[in-house]
Amino acid sequence: MKKVLSLLLVFATLLTLALSGCTDASNKNKTLYVYNWGDYIAEGVTDKFTEETGIKVVYDTYEQNEDMYTKITAGGSSSYDVIFPSDYIIEKLIRENLLAEIDYKNVPNMSLIDAKYKNLAFDPDNKYSVPYMWGTVGIVYDTTRVSEEPTSWGVLWDEQYKGEILMWDSVRDSIGLTLKYLGYSMNDHSDAALAAAKAKLLEQKPLVLSYAGDQMKDMMIAGEAIIAVMYSGDAAFVMERNENLSYVIPDEGSNIWFDNMCILKSSKNKDLAEQFINFMCRTDIAATNRDYICYSTPQIEVYNALDEETKSDITQYPDDSIYARCEVYEDLGEYTQVYDDLWTQILAS
Amino acid sequence: MRKRRTSLLALPFTIYALIFIAAPLLLIVVYSFCVSPQNGVTLTLEHYKKFFDFSNPVYLQVLWRSIYIAVISTAICLLLGYPMAYILSKLRPGLRQVLSVLFVLPMWMNFLLRTYSWMSLLEKTGLINSFLEAINLPAFNIMYTQWAIVLGNVYNFLPFMILPIYNVLIKIDQSVIEAAQDLGADSMKVFGRVILPLSLGGVASGISMTFMPAVTTFVISKLLGGGQNALIGDLIEKQFKTTGNWGFGSAMSVIIMVLILLAMNFTSSYEKDREEGGQLL
Repeated sequence: MKKVLSLLLVFATLLTLALSGCTDASNKNKTLYVYNWGDYIAEGVTDKFTEETGIKVVYDTYEQNEDMYTKITAGGSSSYDVIFPSDYIIEKLIRENLLAEIDYKNVPNMSLIDAKYKNLAFDPDNKYSVPYMWGTVGIVYDTTRVSEEPTSWGVLWDEQYKGEILMWDSVRDSIGLTLKYLGYSMNDHSDAALAAAKAKLLEQKPLVLSYAGDQMKDMMIAGEAIIAVMYSGDAAFVMERNENLSYVIPDEGSNIWFDNMCILKSSKNKDLAEQFINFMCRTDIAATNRDYICYSTPQIEVYNALDEETKSDITQYPDDSIYARCEVYEDLGEYTQVYDDLWTQILAS
Repeated sequence: MRKRRTSLLALPFTIYALIFIAAPLLLIVVYSFCVSPQNGVTLTLEHYKKFFDFSNPVYLQVLWRSIYIAVISTAICLLLGYPMAYILSKLRPGLRQVLSVLFVLPMWMNFLLRTYSWMSLLEKTGLINSFLEAINLPAFNIMYTQWAIVLGNVYNFLPFMILPIYNVLIKIDQSVIEAAQDLGADSMKVFGRVILPLSLGGVASGISMTFMPAVTTFVISKLLGGGQNALIGDLIEKQFKTTGNWGFGSAMSVIIMVLILLAMNFTSSYEKDREEGGQLL
């Protein structure tokens, strides 16, 4: 009798367990690993995703594309599902066969992305990436201490701003803008172009206050420096908080970039990752993110809902003439190492 | 029997040391002689050649800059720390306890946080300069210079200098000092001939405990030096984190390790001579 009773008890427990598994979201105990840029998502968005789907999100951040690439290729790839690389890194990751093809049946919100930002050269059919944000690289300057609007990258070499210039500690951006200033393409890797860029950057070094990262935003808001190289979204962010600041894309042209969401091939949660990407493209979420981080959105409904002032603000939505002057970074392939060495030497000198 | 028991007690640490100290060290040495591990391992001296390239000595300059800043920082720590430890050791035991806790107290806060707060103190629009401006004194701009790194080093590593010296000083047998005084030595002579020589062991370990972290730091130089004054630690961090050139990063680590081993060899031979090794609390 006792035996039967205990068996019944076991059966009942199992049944409740099984039932609770059914009624509850089937996603419980599932975890999605997201690896994104620092300061690149609105607060509370990942919590909201967990609330709606029951999927737990583990969220890590990086400061540069290169940091992320190094980490995922050095064995960290198995630890992440969704990453947010820029154009040239997407190209590289596709070439190295590290990205998973996205199943758009699970990402219906892709239809909300403007066609202008789809099928770009780095991922021709958007097989591997969904647009998240885009922007440009330019100069933020303090209008009270710079009399005329700078029209050239040359202002970064102007002796009168010695000790007041902030540069990005980022290999592609710093070398790229120097190449552009010297009249080369931002993707040039010829010996002549790189030797010229190196000499120019060394010449600039005594004028630079600091080679910084994200802390540059606080420094510009506080008025620590007069001129800084910045991404357009960061520029919009600091201009909102310090009205003396302004943003300009020099006449020589600059870099235009696209940060997309990708799924790593090694991901064990591809379906969850697609669910997350779809969530990030949803109008309310994409709008929350845009309002918080101030970068340019590729999402149609979010863009249409912006006020006219923002839409005509060339910091966030450059007009066609500026667009035409800008270049997208290409993957440098084997020359990546040459760029890296050059930049290390600049910092070491 | 007793011997076996002690070796058994040492077993956990031996295993720990093998896994977390010996194995990574070995890996770093192996990496430093390898080229691009993705395409099969090839032995090479390339990374060392790159570092010791005398026609383009950027990396040697960085090494020199790191040593220079670390030596200055250590010297300032010693100049500040020795008198401090001496004064501390002369106090009543109760007061001494309280004060030595006060010295260690800042170390309870996170190292990174303390360095960040120096940034907001030293910035052009920071606390110190706002104060100087308010009382019409000229601004004090050392942020993003080598001196800011020295300041960060001294601030962070000073306790590592004071404590070993203090520990040695309080252990000096009072009767030795009394004997010197009985024999007619004045206070200068007592210090110069008795106290100072007896405390050199503590000084030696204080020096190695401040020099080592100062020469390898990358956080202080990055935050307070602003990337303008890259040290060897910054270069190594960059090779591993951003560039992904682990071979070159490892080679630089090996070079700095050899350097530190040589320095430690020097100071520990001092400690042995004096047979009075000072340690941290």
